[in-house]
Amino acid sequence: MKETSTIVKTISRCVVGFIFLYGLYIVCYGHLTPGGGFTGGVILASAFVLEMLAWGKEEALKSLPFRLAKPFDSAGALAFLVLGLLGLLLGGDFFVNVIQKAYPGKPFSLFNAGIIPLCNIAIAIKVCASLFLVILVLSVLRVAAGGGTEDDLTTQEEE
Amino acid sequence: MKLLPLMIAIPLSVAFILPLLPKKRPRMADCLAVLATLALLALAAMLIGQSGVYALGGWRPPVGIVLVLDGLSWLVLITVALVSFLVTVFSARYMEQYTARGRYYALFMLMVAGMNGAVLTGDMFNLYVFIEVAAVASYALVAFGCHEEELEASFKYAVLGSIASSFILLGIALMYCLFGTVNMAHLGQKVSASGLNRAAIFSLVLFIAGFGLKAALVPFHAWLPDAHPSAPAPISAMLSGVLIKAIGVYALIRVLFNVFGVTAQVATALMVLGTISMVVAILMALIQWDLKRLLAYSSISQIGYVMLGFGVGGAVLAAGGSPVIAALGFLGALFHLVNHAVFKSLLFLSSGALEYATGTRQLKEMGGLGKEMPVTAGASLVASLAIGGVPPLNGFFSKLIIILACVSSGHYGFALAAVLVSIFTLAVYMKVQKYAFLGKPAEGRKSVHEVPAAMRIPMTLLAVLCLGMSLMLLPGPKKRVLDPAVQVLMDRDAYIQSVMGVASALGAGQETDMKIAEN
Repeated sequence: MKETSTIVKTISRCVVGFIFLYGLYIVCYGHLTPGGGFTGGVILASAFVLEMLAWGKEEALKSLPFRLAKPFDSAGALAFLVLGLLGLLLGGDFFVNVIQKAYPGKPFSLFNAGIIPLCNIAIAIKVCASLFLVILVLSVLRVAAGGGTEDDLTTQEEE
Repeated sequence: MKLLPLMIAIPLSVAFILPLLPKKRPRMADCLAVLATLALLALAAMLIGQSGVYALGGWRPPVGIVLVLDGLSWLVLITVALVSFLVTVFSARYMEQYTARGRYYALFMLMVAGMNGAVLTGDMFNLYVFIEVAAVASYALVAFGCHEEELEASFKYAVLGSIASSFILLGIALMYCLFGTVNMAHLGQKVSASGLNRAAIFSLVLFIAGFGLKAALVPFHAWLPDAHPSAPAPISAMLSGVLIKAIGVYALIRVLFNVFGVTAQVATALMVLGTISMVVAILMALIQWDLKRLLAYSSISQIGYVMLGFGVGGAVLAAGGSPVIAALGFLGALFHLVNHAVFKSLLFLSSGALEYATGTRQLKEMGGLGKEMPVTAGASLVASLAIGGVPPLNGFFSKLIIILACVSSGHYGFALAAVLVSIFTLAVYMKVQKYAFLGKPAEGRKSVHEVPAAMRIPMTLLAVLCLGMSLMLLPGPKKRVLDPAVQVLMDRDAYIQSVMGVASALGAGQETDMKIAEN
């Protein structure tokens, strides 16, 4: 691919941090303001994707390595499931908001709503990691006639 | 009942644990997958005879999502659990030919989670989500070999599957727009109260087209003969055996019978679609030489039988005819649905065993394998006779009941078609027996060995089931297993009452909860 211009590189270096921060805000305040885990996760992933587009995938993989993104992908989903099972164990029903029952919290404050912000964080981790991986895989895989795609992916994985 | 969400939570958690296991130890993935499906089978078996409504998170029904366990969902649930358990045992040896087994099982488990969820849910939008989970996992599994034809089949499947999903989603959106709810029972209540206007009928058509695509009924079947043979054999067994039933047939009849309530037009549509599928697909199967492609076409034909059974039952029900005849149609359809899951997964597993041993799927390149692979040959013979409708086997009884229902409700033409297709089916499978197992070995075929025990055992068990399932029609097992499922289809109000009753009970509880919180 042709290298991107200096303008693109400089501007994206300036904004990547802000995009990431904004993503974190959307995730953490998901239970109070519009947004939430999925939206925030997409914004978080878009920070890495911008890095990938402007600087190439090697640079992006430095900030979110493949061997970290892959476990995050599974861990986010598992964390969400654990929250659900917690409800089954402690509250009697799947996904009962057990924390809300124990600590009601003050409405409209950050620490509030029990497991909902935790669910948002779990979803954000999952969405961010998997969206990043999807776009990474799209840039890695070059489907030639007759296959050979699996090898590319395995070399990535072994790195 | 308390453990009902585990039917979805177990496969989902295993699906996300599997990619974390070390790649160097594929046996760990095998063990975990087999244990998980065994746990699902045990859990499903424990739920026998139970029914109830589970409000997730304690939220009451019209707003919160409910899981509904009744005779019908239990029947599909246990079928999925049984087939997926035997298929994972088979996969342990079969999948040694492929790399990345962790990923294979992860996708497999996601598919199982999607199917269990789609079967249990009592919420239209949730149904859509679970169908998509199962469908997307199956697109990836079809392409698992990563060869050209597999990728092409998967792409075709993905495109047509997405069209089906968008039909279903549009239907749900229309229903939500008209009635302001996505809870199935609540929708059913509102449909009963206000009747169907044109927009609702349009969404009904969208559902028939969407779920019909997922179930591969004939005008919508084009993806199946490519997709099912391209997948690894255990996955073909899952796709043909249970996936098209759980997210296609089951979802369609649940929506048609329990939400909309069946009308004469809908029942006729089901009967006609079913009969066309039956006839066209079996003629297509007759000319195939690729074993798995032949099996795939025969799946479409057998789904036609199931649809015909539901259609006949629905027609009698809508016309206010004898409930005994309507129940007969439903009984035949449900029994055939379960039977087909058993013998078609057995046939696909045996085709996988043949491919494993000989390295080919072409019938012309086999021949004389009966002596070298006696267990596979025996299992395949039992399944062939069962699907062909030879008397002591399960397929005979379910087809007989469907034909009886057709005759006793006066649909002689449909009955005749069902009988003729049954004869053609037998011919198709005799062709398989002749070219694969009997006769002389094809020229240039190397001598082969029987497949390993881990592959023989699931096939043997399924063959025994083909024989034993005929006993399900004895009064005792029938009353326990099949009759509750038939009852769900017969009595739409009971379904609505069971869910909405929970709504009012929980509603009272929740109001007191809120009062306490305010204080």
